Parts: sequence; C-alpha cells; structure tokens
Amino acid sequence: MSALSTDPLVPVTLVAGPESLLAERAVAAVVRAARAADPDADVSHTTGGELTAGGVAEHVSPSLFATRRVLVVNDVQDVSDAVGELLVEQVRAPAPDVHIVLVHPGGVKGKKHLTALRKAGVHEVGAERITRPDDQVGFVRAEVRRAGGRIDEPAARQLVDAVGGELRALASAAAQLVSDSADGVVSESVIATYFEGRAEVKGWVVADRAVEGKTGEAVEQLRWALETGTDPVLITGALATALRSLARLSSVPRGQRDADVASDLGVPPWKVRILRGQLRGWSSDGLARAVRAVADADLAVKGGGNDPTLALTTALVHIGDARAQQPATT
Amino acid sequence: MSVWDAVVGQTVVPGLQRTVEDASAARAGDGRGDMTHAWLFTGPPGSGRSVVARAFAAALQCPDGGCGSCSECTEVRAGTHPDVAHLVTEGLNIRIGQVRDLVPRAALRPSRGRWQIVVVEDADRLGEDAADALLLSVEEPPERTVWMLCAPTAEDIVPTIRSRCRVVQLRTPPYTDVARHLAATENVEERTAEFAARASQGHVGRARALATDEDARNRRAEVLRLPFDLTDLRQCLDAAANLVEAAKADAERHCDALDEREVEDLRTALGAGTTGRRPRNMESAVKELEKEQKLRRTRVQRDSIDRALVDVLALYRDVLMIQLGVRTELVNEEMRPSLDRLAGSGRAESTLRRMEAVVAAREALQANAAPLLALESMALTLREG
Repeated sequence: MSALSTDPLVPVTLVAGPESLLAERAVAAVVRAARAADPDADVSHTTGGELTAGGVAEHVSPSLFATRRVLVVNDVQDVSDAVGELLVEQVRAPAPDVHIVLVHPGGVKGKKHLTALRKAGVHEVGAERITRPDDQVGFVRAEVRRAGGRIDEPAARQLVDAVGGELRALASAAAQLVSDSADGVVSESVIATYFEGRAEVKGWVVADRAVEGKTGEAVEQLRWALETGTDPVLITGALATALRSLARLSSVPRGQRDADVASDLGVPPWKVRILRGQLRGWSSDGLARAVRAVADADLAVKGGGNDPTLALTTALVHIGDARAQQPATT
Repeated sequence: MSVWDAVVGQTVVPGLQRTVEDASAARAGDGRGDMTHAWLFTGPPGSGRSVVARAFAAALQCPDGGCGSCSECTEVRAGTHPDVAHLVTEGLNIRIGQVRDLVPRAALRPSRGRWQIVVVEDADRLGEDAADALLLSVEEPPERTVWMLCAPTAEDIVPTIRSRCRVVQLRTPPYTDVARHLAATENVEERTAEFAARASQGHVGRARALATDEDARNRRAEVLRLPFDLTDLRQCLDAAANLVEAAKADAERHCDALDEREVEDLRTALGAGTTGRRPRNMESAVKELEKEQKLRRTRVQRDSIDRALVDVLALYRDVLMIQLGVRTELVNEEMRPSLDRLAGSGRAESTLRRMEAVVAAREALQANAAPLLALESMALTLREG
C-alpha cells in the first residue's frame, strides 16, 4: 500500500478537497511521473460537465501509437451518472497505460460518485484546507525543505504570522526566502527583512489576550487587527463571547467534569481547560465590570462615539483593570 | 356610535370636532370657517395617535361629521377610502421611495369632493432625505389636501416639517378610561380589563393584548420574574439570553408565515411556476424583498425587547414608590407582597441606579447595540444595584 501511495503512476487518482494549490500539485505529480516514464505521453484536460461516456471510451481504448496517456478531469462532481459508473469501472478494471486524475473541489455535490470510487479502492490524495496554525507552520517547513532550504519552528511561525494562512502565498514566500538567503537557511532575521507586521489578527486573539490579563499584548493585537481590516464589531463580539463563557464558567460548581461543563457552556471540550486557566484571577464583580465595559464599547463602535479604536482600547484597559480588581468582600 | 368612540381618554376630541365643523364650512366656501392643512399628532406610544388621526380623517370625509356608520366612515376605518392614503412602515425607517410615491397622490383633487387626506403613521421614522421629499408638499399643499403626521413628540420631526404643522398633543389615557374602553369593546371581565389597563400603563394596544391574549399575560409575568433571579452571574446572563430568545420567538411568530407568503406572492406575480422562460430579475427582486423582511424582523425583535424593558422599569418604579413611602396605586398591584420584599432588601438609591440601567439598555438598543450584550450589561448592573 505504501509503495502504491508514493508512486503517482496509478490507473485512477482521486484528488479531493478545496485547497487548489495542493490539488494542482497532485495533478502535476502524476503528469510529471507519466512524462518521466514516457516523454511522448499524451496529457489531456477536461471538465466533468464536458466528459461524455463516449469521451471516456475514447480515452481508455488502446491507442494506435501505444503511448502512455493522462486524462485530467476537473470538477468531477459535474459528471453524469453514466460517466461516473464508467470511471468506477476504470478503478476496478484499469485500461493499460492510461492514468486518470479526477479532481473534486470538496463539498457535497457528486458525493455519490466519490463514495463509489472510494469503495472501488481508488488511490486518493487529499487537498484539504490547512486551517490550524500548527499545520500551517508544518506546511511552511515542508515547503522550505522542498525548495532545498532549512527553517526552524519559531521562524516558520513568524512567517505564518506575517503572511497569513493563504497556502499559495506561504508557498511562494517560502521559495522566495530560500533563494534569497545565502546558505538556504531561512532565519528569523531573514524573514524580518522581507516581511514585516502581521497579515491577519482575528478578534478572538485580542479577546484571549485581554481576558488573560495581558492588556499590553491585547492592545497591540487590536491595533494589528484594525490595521488589517477587521471590523470593530467583530472584536466587541469576540470580547463579549469570551467574557460570557468565563462568567458562565464562574458559576459552575467546582469539580464538575470538563465534558459536562463543555455541553453546559456550549463550547468544545478542549476549550474548557483553556477557559479554566483564563478564569484564574477573575472575580464575579470584575467580570460584571468587564462585560459592562464591552457593552459601552459596542455602543461607541456602533456610532455612539466617533473613534472605534479609542473605544476598543478603552474597553481593553477597563477589562485589565476589572481583572486586577480585588474580589469584593461581600 | 361615532368614529370618536375608538379614541380613549383624550381631551382634544371636542376641539377636533369643532375643527371638522369649521372645515365643512370652509368647504362650503361662504367665507366662514377655515382648515389647517398639516397636522401633527403627538403623544406617548399607545396613546392612540394613529387612532385619532384615523377618526379625524373619517370625520372630515363623513357628511355627518363622523357618524361611524355611513360608507365614508366605514371605508376610512377599513383603510379602503380612495381619498385617504396611509404611509406606514414595518421596517426601521420610512424609505424615500415610499414618500416619493405618495407625494403626487397628495397633489390630486379628492375624488369624492371632500378632502384628500394623507396619514403618515410613525413620522418619527422619516429619515432626513425622506422628510425633505415630503417638505414641499406639506409646506404648500393643494387647497383640499390635508396631511396628518403621527409621532411620539414634536421633536422627533425635523424642524422644517414641524414648523409647518399644527400640533395636537395627546395624553396617556387614564387607567379608568382604558379599562372602560376594554370592557366595552373586548368582552372581557371587569377585573381583567382593570389589570390590563394598569399593567399596560395606559398603552391601549398593549392593554388590549394583555386583556385578550393569555400568552401575552404569561410572557409578561415571566419578564417580571427577572429582577428576583439575579443573584449570580449565571442567572444574569441567562435572564438576558431568555429575553433575547423570547424576542426572537416573538419575531418568528409574527414574521415567518408572513415572510413566506410575501415571497410566494412576489414569485407568482413575476411568473414563477408558469411555463416559459423565467424572468431575469426575479431572483434579485426576491433578494430585495428578503432584505426588507430582515429589517422588519429586527424591528419586531427590538420592539419586543423594549416592551419587556418597559415592564421591568415599571416594576422598579413600584419598588421605589414603596421605598419612598408614597401611598399610591402600584402598576403591579397584584405583586405587592414580593415587591415589598424587594423594596425591603435595598435602598431607594440603588433602585434608582437600577432604573437608570434599564433606561440605558433601552437607549442602547435604540442605538443599534448588540441586544444580548446590552441586556447582559443591564442584568449585571441590576444585580449590583
């Protein structure tokens, strides 16, 4: 099985997922391997909507010149049922020297065909979006290695922060940095030379820093967020959500299991541990004050005041003060 | 029976009746009598601004000055009179397009020969541009055209329009009048009518809902439990969430079926479901309608929360009355024992601070604040006092 998954030259490859960069690479790998095996290989592209049953037959029937052939079918979710069955048939009984690559952009459309293909044992390459920051860092490191350079984890993280989560941008940034660095080592100082600032800061990052009592960091993140075009309303929303969860958690009796708390608060279980950490240092009255500060900021952002940045910064400072407040004696 | 029967507890009625007589004299053209061409009815919500405007319109159209039974009166009441136009909005604002459609109509001669009347309910929802579109026509209306605007206060109308109108101020109808009106029109027990009149604080429409709809009564009772359940943060947040949920449910009850029917009607009107090509602009027209519907839903939701807050405010007012030792009838007389307890557990100062918090929440909602956040902030302040 492992030999099969490393050799791209299989009769039928299914590339499924919304990340177009990874999909293109998977297709290119098959084409490259076919050309390597036979320089005269014939590569043709079509889309699922255009592919007819006759077309499939034409592509898989023995060629007069006996060349290796590659057929790339984009948007395979659009194929008709008849064509879908023919494709499944190709997985079961492949025609010699024909390589079919089926590209599916994710989503539920054409799911029936996907299931049938998988059941028939198609070779599948994933092209899922990479959304978790850790995975993005891993992607950057792999990209740098691919380009023949080296990068350590903090530097990779710095690059992700600066460029954002768009894989295409990350890939080209990684390749560029490798060719720009003298010895192929992409260090933090090299990254700082070419990329400055932050590409995207989400509202919840600001909110997390704020409720953890790191007011300075929160304000810094807030500025980045606003600078990069995050809507102030989203930030008050994130602050309200963070404080709401904490306030609810503060009323949960001690010693309740995380899973129960999670379903009670309506958050995923892994979040509960983080929330418990964030709740340390807060008193009920402090939380109440913090919520009020956010409500004031919300009103100011909605047009009550004329400077959203000031309103949000004030709210962050008030949240910090509220957290520092000694628990009331009552 | 007369068209004025629908008006509850207003002292301005005799004056308006005299105006109607004057107006018909003016129409006769023998040199006596006169008629004002732009009226502004102001008064607190539920005092019957639009009811008065409607009665006044009917009286002007009726040959007998508002008999209540002739075809003119009946048609005005039903909103089908050809010479009485209504401008109402279910959204947050009256759009300039609506006004522009109406202005040419105001320039027509009355088709039945008496008056061409245009009633703008919720004139406070006129945006600045919409008000400008109205201005010229209100300023110099044709001879037989009468404008009637309704708004909570004269200050809600832009000064340019306000200064062209004769203002008629309505008052909050006395409880006794409201109760009598309910007992006479709605076939409810006297006690229920009295309760509804008191609980609604003189808001006639609300009183009618409370008197006739058990759900509305239950809903109100639930809302009034709020001040008693605010000991820890969790309860405060839950109380806020419940208010928002209830408002959403209200909006769903009110809007869901209506929205669906409107979309269906629009599609039918544009030729969906027939054979042949589908009109190209259908989807965009439907989108437009859905946008309107969303605005309406927001307004229904906001109004529902506001009603609840008014009830809570009245409860704290009662508490304050007890704390200050004022001997007066309470709005929530039937809750007196629990109100006594609440009054005993705090001081007048904190009750005042709580009332301020409720008022602040109402203002915040009016200014488009996030409802849940504003109510949470309010509930947390209520907890502290």
